[in-house]
Amino acid sequence: MTLLSVTGVSRRFGDVTALDDVSLDIVQGEFFALLGPSGCGKTTLLRVLAGFERPDTGTVTLDGADLLALPAHRRPVNLMFQSYALFPHMTVEKNIAYGLHREGLPKDEIRARVAGVLATIGLPGAAKRRPNQLSGGQRQRVALARAIVKRPRLLLLDEPLSALDKKVRAEMQLELKRLQHEVGITFVVVTHDQEEAMSLADRIAVFSEGRVEQVDAPVSLYRRPRTRFVADFVGANNLFDGVLRDGGVEVPGVGSGPLPCEPPGDLPAGSPVVLSVRPENVRFDDEGPLAGTVMDTSFFGGVSRVAVEVGGLTRPVELTVPGTAPADPGKPVRLSWNPDRAILIGPA
Amino acid sequence: MRRARWAYGPFWLTYLFLYTPIVVLVAMSFNAADTPYSWGGFSTSWYGELSGDEAIREGLVNTLVVAAGSTALATVLGTLLAVGLARYPRLRVLAVLATLPAILPDLILAIGLLAFYSAVRATLGLHSVLLAHTVFGMAFVATVVRTRLSHSDTSLEEASRDLGAGPVTTFVRITLPTLAPGIVAGALLAFTLSIDEFVIAFFTAGPKDPTLPIVIYSMVRFGVTPEINALATVLLAVSFTVVILAQRLTRLTDSLR
Repeated sequence: MTLLSVTGVSRRFGDVTALDDVSLDIVQGEFFALLGPSGCGKTTLLRVLAGFERPDTGTVTLDGADLLALPAHRRPVNLMFQSYALFPHMTVEKNIAYGLHREGLPKDEIRARVAGVLATIGLPGAAKRRPNQLSGGQRQRVALARAIVKRPRLLLLDEPLSALDKKVRAEMQLELKRLQHEVGITFVVVTHDQEEAMSLADRIAVFSEGRVEQVDAPVSLYRRPRTRFVADFVGANNLFDGVLRDGGVEVPGVGSGPLPCEPPGDLPAGSPVVLSVRPENVRFDDEGPLAGTVMDTSFFGGVSRVAVEVGGLTRPVELTVPGTAPADPGKPVRLSWNPDRAILIGPA
Repeated sequence: MRRARWAYGPFWLTYLFLYTPIVVLVAMSFNAADTPYSWGGFSTSWYGELSGDEAIREGLVNTLVVAAGSTALATVLGTLLAVGLARYPRLRVLAVLATLPAILPDLILAIGLLAFYSAVRATLGLHSVLLAHTVFGMAFVATVVRTRLSHSDTSLEEASRDLGAGPVTTFVRITLPTLAPGIVAGALLAFTLSIDEFVIAFFTAGPKDPTLPIVIYSMVRFGVTPEINALATVLLAVSFTVVILAQRLTRLTDSLR
């Protein structure tokens, strides 16, 4: 069931188009991520949903009702701020109770709900402490508690893990997923970290320059990028610009023949395409169409990454192989891949 | 590296220069002799005389009325001005104009105010001094609060709105408490400045109710008496206490952050 529907939303700041005709549907109970580099408009969309920004055009509905007609403080939507924005002059308990007091709930209920949410986030002893007496991870949990205790229809999270160090971040990632499952609230998280989006979200919308490039589940996004931007931004990738021919993709000046690719589907021969091959799908093959020399190898424990310089290409071709690299820098090699694993991206 | 002992000489000399007049003043207030030129033994009689002096008591009451009233007005208006300037940051000229009364020479402000009062044919009295002090007090409060505002996290107000608080609740429960240390510091500044302000008060006070600095001025015109020393010592003690209190208070509130 569609919970939130964004249709044709645009927002300009002077000469900058922060949102360009954005349309999205978010389903009840889902963990949705808005992913993109900084300045791509994802935070602007979040602020439109929270009510701190008005779009120039477009509509947003929540449960079928016009969301834009409500001021920020009347929306059944809560935002967890990137800076957490905990009130420094209030204890943890008062911070969490703040939103409940605004609803005018009876004191007993407020007390019970605050105690309940403190137990949920695993900080039952922190009620009387102040934000400056908490660690980064604890602050993050309190900020989350303050938002979910209101039981919003939609919870927005602005770069929720960016202020944490790496180890705590991994821990909180799991915690966020568990909490989302437990409270059953629809989460919309904004992030520039594609690994974070991939591991957290059920579906991801990839943003670039104010436009939605693709909305898909993490696996589909990785396996079937629909635009050049998505192919390049999500995960490591090798991209070849060329022209579709009968036997594969012809890249002028590169390779001994057309590069192998999947069946072209509806794309007619002669159309300009981008060929996308993940590093783990590239292999050393003495009969392969690409010839080059090994530039650099790096060992990552379980796998090694090898960069191969190929004549005619500006970027080296990357491949990952299990274990240690089978070739040293300077060695001439030939590369190939399974045609099924070479994805065609049609003209935009 | 340890510094040689003599290197501290200039350091202590500076302090000597700073505090000699004050030490002399305090010592002389306990002088039994009635001239400031010779020591006649220890006595607290000048303090007794001070407490019996009708003119000084009246002046003190006037000064406190003016200081309390103008501080209250200046704190409210100055805080609102600072918040307003933060919300409409495009108006750079207005920001400069808001701090100008704090920087202008007192004399210019005093002449301006007197000209204004006579133009509107206002009678001079405590109220005219109070309003005059509010003008520059407000500029000081606004400046101090704006500094505090520029360091505060604007997402706090958004968080409050997001949690269901309207603009008024947000202002009272979030904005004001975050600004509290700045507001208190600004108020104390306005208060202390008003208490010993002479030039503007001299121009805008009515003849019947002079403030303490004006009373003191009219007394020293006929020579410094030990009674004045006693009065100065009392004022010194009060302002020291206020300064220490202010520091304690800001440290206390800062530790809550």
